[in-house]
Amino acid sequence: MNTMNPGISAEADARHKSDAVIPVAEEKPEDTVIEEGKTVGKAFADNPKYKLRHVDVSYGDDRAIKNISLDIGRNEVISFIGPSGCGKSTFLRCLNRMNDSIESCRITGQLLLDDEDIYASKKDVVELRARVGMVFQKPNPFPKSIYDNVAYGPKIHGLANRKAELDDIVENSLRKAGLWNEVKDRLDANATGMSGGQQQRLCIARAIAVSPEVILMDEPCSALDPIATARIEELISEMSKSYTIVIVTHSMQQAARVSHRTAYFHLGHLVEVNETNKVFTSPQHDLTESYITGRFG
Amino acid sequence: MSKGKEDVYGDHISNQFNHDLAGLKAEFLKMGGMVEQQVHDAVKALVESDGQLGEEVRAKDREVDKLEIEIDEEATLVIARRQPAARDLRLVISVIKMVADLERVGDEAKKIAKLAVALSDEGKAPHGYVEIRHIGEHVANMLRDSLDAFARLDSRQALRIMKEDKRVDEEYKAATRSLITFMMEDPRNISRCMSVMWVLRALERVGDHACNLAENVIFMVKGEDVRHTPMEEAERIVGRD
Repeated sequence: MNTMNPGISAEADARHKSDAVIPVAEEKPEDTVIEEGKTVGKAFADNPKYKLRHVDVSYGDDRAIKNISLDIGRNEVISFIGPSGCGKSTFLRCLNRMNDSIESCRITGQLLLDDEDIYASKKDVVELRARVGMVFQKPNPFPKSIYDNVAYGPKIHGLANRKAELDDIVENSLRKAGLWNEVKDRLDANATGMSGGQQQRLCIARAIAVSPEVILMDEPCSALDPIATARIEELISEMSKSYTIVIVTHSMQQAARVSHRTAYFHLGHLVEVNETNKVFTSPQHDLTESYITGRFG
Repeated sequence: MSKGKEDVYGDHISNQFNHDLAGLKAEFLKMGGMVEQQVHDAVKALVESDGQLGEEVRAKDREVDKLEIEIDEEATLVIARRQPAARDLRLVISVIKMVADLERVGDEAKKIAKLAVALSDEGKAPHGYVEIRHIGEHVANMLRDSLDAFARLDSRQALRIMKEDKRVDEEYKAATRSLITFMMEDPRNISRCMSVMWVLRALERVGDHACNLAENVIFMVKGEDVRHTPMEEAERIVGRD
């Protein structure tokens, strides 16, 4: 911040050599060279839920994530922000192996969930995804009844032996998602008939029905109106008591409102991660500053 | 960064945002210049027994008050429209706070002008005017320098102003002591000396406000609050890159 422009002396030099003024290409903040694996702020935590070290992700020859090391704390809400294509969604999807289905995707480094390697060859991915739930940008309920949407996960994971138990899980999940009062009289109605905000909360209810430990959210509010967004944000604060939440968002205000820590990604690098309060009032890295203040993005 | 220090608020994608912030800065500096002149004129009116000038200062305070309200409104709109973050947020918040300081400086100038008008009716005073002129110049310079530090985002200069405030306090104490001596020498001096004392007090407050401005400049530039922190800590913050 506020450093002298190194270009000035170059310009003066150029003037000195020839009388013609050579215009110096304007240096844009997004062109700043970032040192690989160098993250400013607080990337590590005591007793973390996720311990991620030197994570590298490539799609074919394309390196999408460059040597990122980060801890995600227990019951922490952490948001990933950054311009489009910075790798935040890719990184999020590594956390429950959602990238497995992409043929060309190669992941190296260490990704530990409760000190267990989630990419170990013997790792049961279905079990992993039950522990690490995910909510997507567009609400994607099954074309089934509201009840079945929530009951589906507990059923296939054998979490309920009797109908009454299943009923309890469905009710509890819907309550936690703040949806119970709106749908308790029409549990048999098709979920696709709900409003967008309700569908998204249903997806959250579906995710928490299998008692996950971590919930990943990929721009959960970008398709919702402000009221529905406020409900989901309220829900996130409520849920942080029981879950670890990682949220990718394009809304910086949302990151500022809901998360404890904020991580700024740029061209596959993790540039800065710090307490959210700090990031939005006095970020340490120039790039973070330029991005959150709307100087590029 | 490719831009000079003055341009750090002018490189948003949204040109309107650049425009809003530049406007806010310009209005603030305009108010600062006006208040600085008020202090100058108030002291001049007093020392030169210029009742006319004193009246002008009192009248002009209304313009200062009007600017305070305008700048506050503008800053509120920027927050509502743009949700500024980081250095932009610090600029807006600092301006809102500093405007209040400037308004108070304006009030102090008005106070001095009022006494100038009253004293000019009585003729020249023998005691205390040297001190008033001296301290008046000192705090007016501090005010000018802090506005300058704001315009150039110069945290080092801001730090110097914070240190300067200690010297003003000492000068104020010394002046008070000599006034007490005059009062003890001849009780007929008491009324006039009390007036001079009020002026000194007002000037000392101007110095405090200039110091507040300087603290806000450091907050804007460095992102750390140096109010109520020891000077060594402030030095450490400013010295950091």
